[in-house]
Amino acid sequence: MKLIDLVKVLDAQIIYGHEFLDREVLSACGSDMMSDVLAFVKGQAVLLTGLVNSQVVRTAEMVDMNCIVFVRGKVPDEGIIELAKSCEIVLMRTEMEMFTSCGLLYSKGLRGGSGK
Amino acid sequence: MSSLQLHFDVDGEDFTRAGEASGSIKRTLKELGLTPDIIRNVAISVYEGEINMVIHANGGMIDCEVLPDVINVLLRDSGPGIADISLAMQEGYSTAPDNVRDLGFGAGMGLPNIKKYTDEMEIYSTPGVGTTIRLKVYIK
Ligand SMILES: Nc1ncnc2c1ncn2[C@@H]1O[C@H](COP(=O)(O)OP(=O)(O)OP(=O)(O)O)[C@@H](O)[C@H]1O
Ligand SMILES: [Mg+2]
Repeated sequence: MKLIDLVKVLDAQIIYGHEFLDREVLSACGSDMMSDVLAFVKGQAVLLTGLVNSQVVRTAEMVDMNCIVFVRGKVPDEGIIELAKSCEIVLMRTEMEMFTSCGLLYSKGLRGGSGK
Repeated sequence: MSSLQLHFDVDGEDFTRAGEASGSIKRTLKELGLTPDIIRNVAISVYEGEINMVIHANGGMIDCEVLPDVINVLLRDSGPGIADISLAMQEGYSTAPDNVRDLGFGAGMGLPNIKKYTDEMEIYSTPGVGTTIRLKVYIK
């Protein structure tokens, strides 16, 4: 799946990164706990989260994720967007809640990680 | 490649800026052309240490040294220290208050995660004095 397909499935709004929407992604992770993302993510490219602060972007940066989806209509502030730009991490938001977002993406072929 | 030294002061008052040092180290390692695995192992470890400094120790200092065969990291703070290090090293052990959990941290995964992503890890801590962590990631 490409990021552009994610936008369609989640009826998402792109906050930053229009130029990167042809990035191919195979797996994703949904979490509001950055501790868990840091501990368990390996290779997943997309982070879905209901948490909105700069550490969400930092966490994605450290584990080499290239797209963050804010669920439940959350809106990141300018500082968060600037940080995402500096690491070329695509930001989008959807009105859908976490469970629905993950379920829809899974049904379209996106997978989770292998765990530990 | 000869040696390279980086030093950062970590502000304990500003949660928003936590991760600046780790981000900067990550960029430097990328510029040096190290492999993605090594960069990731160092970045995650330093970031966990940096976040700990901010949420548990009111800031500190990070030094990173890149040698031809190893990356050395030194994390130092003058925070409250850790009374029982083996307990703190256990997955799930955390003294983080609820407000830290609301920010997405405090699962008690940080120190075990550093252990997992580094080749060597040593912690020295004295309650009331501070905590020092030394890390090594080998460049194979
Ligand atoms: N620099 C430090 N100064 C004082 N105490 C610390 C420091 N680093 C860790 N600790 C103590 O060790 C515990 C475990 O740390 P660890 O990083 O594993 O988990 P955490 O920070 O609580 O949660 P997480 O890392 O999952 O967000 C902390 O809750 C805290 O009590
Ligand atoms: Mg921690």
